Amino acid sequence: MSLSEIEATTESEQVEQPAGNLRKEAWKRLRRDPVALVGFGLIAFFVLVAIFAPLIAPYAPDAQPGRGMITPTNIPGPSADHWFGLDASGRDEFSRVVYGARQSLLVGVVATLFGMVGGLTLGILAGAFGGKVDTVIMRIVDIMLSIPGLLMAIAIAALLGASLWSVMIAIAIINVPVFARLLRGQMLAQRGADYVLAAVSLGVRRRPIVFGHVLPNSISPVIVQATLTLATAIIEAAGLSFLGLGSADPRVPEWGRMLADTQRYLASAPHLAFFPGIAIVIAALGFTMLGERLREAIDPKYRR
Amino acid sequence: MSDQTAAPAAEERAPAEGLLSVRGLEVHFPIRSGILVERQVGSVKAVDGVDLDIPRGATVGLVGESGCGKSTLGRAILRLVEPTAGTVTFDGTDLRALGGEELRRMRRQLQMVFQDPMASLDPRQNVQSVLSEPLRAHGIGGDHRARVRELLDVVGLPASAANRYPHEFSGGQRQRIGIARAIALEPQLIVADEPVSALDVSIQAQVVNLLEELQDRLGLTYLVIAHDLAVVRHIADVVAVMYLGGLVEQAPSDDLYATPLHPYTKALMSAVPIPDPEVEDTRQRILLQGDLPSPADPPAGCRFHTRCPFRQQTRCADERPVLRTVAGHPDAHRVACHWVEDIEAGRIRPAAGAVVEPDPDPEPDAEHAPNPAA
Amino acid sequence: MTNSEPLLDVRDLSVTFTRKGGPTVRAVDGVSFTVRPGETVGLVGESGSGKSVTSLAVMGLLPRRGVQVGGQVLFDGDDLLTLPRDRMRDIRGRDIAMVFQDPMSSLNPVVPIGVQVTEVLERHQELKGEAARSAAAELLSRVGIPDPNRRLKEYPHQLSGGMRQRALIAMALACRPRLLIADEPTTALDVTIQAQIIELLKELVQDTGASLVMITHDLGIVAGLCDNVHVMYSGRVVESAGRRELFAQPRHPYTGGLLGSVPRLDAPRGAPLHPIPGSPTDVLRWDHGCAFAPRCQNRVDACLDGPPPLEAYAGRSLRCLNPLTESEEVSV
Repeated sequence: MSLSEIEATTESEQVEQPAGNLRKEAWKRLRRDPVALVGFGLIAFFVLVAIFAPLIAPYAPDAQPGRGMITPTNIPGPSADHWFGLDASGRDEFSRVVYGARQSLLVGVVATLFGMVGGLTLGILAGAFGGKVDTVIMRIVDIMLSIPGLLMAIAIAALLGASLWSVMIAIAIINVPVFARLLRGQMLAQRGADYVLAAVSLGVRRRPIVFGHVLPNSISPVIVQATLTLATAIIEAAGLSFLGLGSADPRVPEWGRMLADTQRYLASAPHLAFFPGIAIVIAALGFTMLGERLREAIDPKYRR
Repeated sequence: MSDQTAAPAAEERAPAEGLLSVRGLEVHFPIRSGILVERQVGSVKAVDGVDLDIPRGATVGLVGESGCGKSTLGRAILRLVEPTAGTVTFDGTDLRALGGEELRRMRRQLQMVFQDPMASLDPRQNVQSVLSEPLRAHGIGGDHRARVRELLDVVGLPASAANRYPHEFSGGQRQRIGIARAIALEPQLIVADEPVSALDVSIQAQVVNLLEELQDRLGLTYLVIAHDLAVVRHIADVVAVMYLGGLVEQAPSDDLYATPLHPYTKALMSAVPIPDPEVEDTRQRILLQGDLPSPADPPAGCRFHTRCPFRQQTRCADERPVLRTVAGHPDAHRVACHWVEDIEAGRIRPAAGAVVEPDPDPEPDAEHAPNPAA
Repeated sequence: MTNSEPLLDVRDLSVTFTRKGGPTVRAVDGVSFTVRPGETVGLVGESGSGKSVTSLAVMGLLPRRGVQVGGQVLFDGDDLLTLPRDRMRDIRGRDIAMVFQDPMSSLNPVVPIGVQVTEVLERHQELKGEAARSAAAELLSRVGIPDPNRRLKEYPHQLSGGMRQRALIAMALACRPRLLIADEPTTALDVTIQAQIIELLKELVQDTGASLVMITHDLGIVAGLCDNVHVMYSGRVVESAGRRELFAQPRHPYTGGLLGSVPRLDAPRGAPLHPIPGSPTDVLRWDHGCAFAPRCQNRVDACLDGPPPLEAYAGRSLRCLNPLTESEEVSV
């Protein structure tokens, strides 16, 4: 009996894992993880609310159905007509929270995307070339990381003027060094791996090595980081709006500014703080839960 | 005697048909220090002046313990690590003089097999992609699927392996994939760096046999790097023994086994356990003192003198011995030791305590019956 | 025939791992062996053979969750498996000590060697202060560590692999244990350092009269060191014999296969190797038949009917229905 025949006969017993690549394995683990599923559920809920806001919300975000009912001392709380109550201008709080999901999602996604693209570009340059390019890029990254993120975001947003775009850009910029450093570290580790050396010894050119081997094997933690960054971006966006650096238009419903606007009425109308606050927590929590578990599913090192 | 008939044959071919020739090869890794401006404060002399010839179609074995620089030497030959001095001539071409693209094209002829088959395969690549990558890199046309099937067949894997990923295979099978990748470009020379040491004992022989079979079939030339002297002796025609960046002895495999001349080779050989109680109970063991010195600060003179049980005053510490022939031994057997002749003649005895004689009463366990499970 | 009572008597030991939602794995499956005072016993096997799990079970070092241990481990008459935790802790370190494969992970990286050795002495020998320190220095020099007073102040990372393993052996010996379990103690070391360590273990066993259980994949080490050898495959002992009997004539096809697949330094060049086909992961479950059957060249139909029993055969115990005969002796 030849070797290959014996191996063929025992093959069925030997393969314990189902066919498929590592990503499929991670996906399988993730699908069985209750925390990840809850996180995913929260995100799905948040995204659906944002998309179908006009169908869900009973009023337009700038409509003032309760205008006549508002006095400085009486801001009605939740009722059958207005589930989350009314705000100080007589607008339906529920509708505004629902529409606010759109703003948060938009800011979170766009800021994270920009931050990631910027970070990946720098990271690839540093990780692929090494040497002087690497040194220069990483010094810049170190300097950026040494400035507290929110402080820098405030400075940038203030410089650009209060608008939705300046919030997005500010948050994107503070996340650029995070992604750059993460990817560069991953790529440096992969560059020393035997399979990269094997590719070099085969005579594979630099570009296919970087884009075919190094990058795909470095990207998983970046995806995890992006999920976690979405959570912080939502919180940071709320923070900037709270400080008055968000959209200048008071009619645009934005959770952070809804919180800011409510400060004066905190004692008389706590519901105005409660609902936008809960919304921020739920959205951020969803991304955090999924991100953490994604990290564990992809990288066994973090598994408990 | 079989070793005397085999040895000259390998030797005769060597000068005429050398495929690879290494002269004075050095790889020094700089040690840098400094906060703002980095200065070189020293260097790790991983490879420090090595001459090595590999005849076409032969297998040269390179043995040494961890930290001796054998892997670095292998990689420097392939220019996966840049040598700091010396020449590497492959088939008449000076590899160190080649520029980027020329070197890349030359890599077709020089391939490598790695120690850890899992680490040397990209976990995201299926076998089809692994084995066709070298073909793509060198613009080799034709039916890649058919070629991959052929390669898999040559290394004893089923064609169905092509669509699977590295983690789905056992260690031995992965190493077969690594070997298939190395022969995909029909290279002339393969550098195998510890090709079996990461594998289970029962699998090692499969891979050793495969390497030998491929050599016969494809006319390959091998440089096999390993710490396991028994594996190297089995596979190699010529064995070079490396210690702390330099070669200390080089000889046809049978000569080296029959008459190891360098004290380090003697110690190394006596330390290899042999799975036979009769042999184990009657052999003499030369124990070395202490550990390998740091290659950043190698001892002056003979690199081995700090641990050598035969060392002699001053000359061993002052003068670095070079590889030379010894009267009464074939020309292919070369040793870097000042005192070979005196040690061989018994005029120099090893230091007391360095030699462990076999147990005078080798039968203490004779009355112990085996222990059938109750 | 038995010249003394066994010091360690492992009877029908089994270890089963259960994972939540995963399959249960029987890593050790009815393993029995004895170790007499002063005896050196080898457990040989490849990855997955259960040899290391066996030693951890004997030491009581397996996690409690998800692990079921069955059978008996009698040490001097006491069943270690049912002993209260504090009694077990006393025995471990004082009567039984263990040396692991990776000396770095067995030493605390942030504590100097000296503190770690004296700690053991203080705990089990009730030595204090200067007495403990000088005893520690003596131990280090006994295991061949030069300049022990300086080494005592050093941290594990400042020692070479061989020195670390020596320090570990010194700690294991600190309390003059009656049984030393060494789990692949030289696998991470170079062959010349391995020779030093093996020689050291031999000497210590001779000098102190302790028993040694040597766990290894290397038949060469066993050949020169062990009185009795148990070859394990997939959680069960497949062949047990005195080392002379075993190496002179292996009877189990797996033992024979292992011997035939290892190149021997003293074999004539060109002697072919006879590898065992397949890989150690190609196992059958024992309840379906002999686990080695998928790789076995001596396989007969009956091998797949159920687990073959471990029976006395040709001066040894053997778990095989179609053992190697003299003529099939592996050519090396």
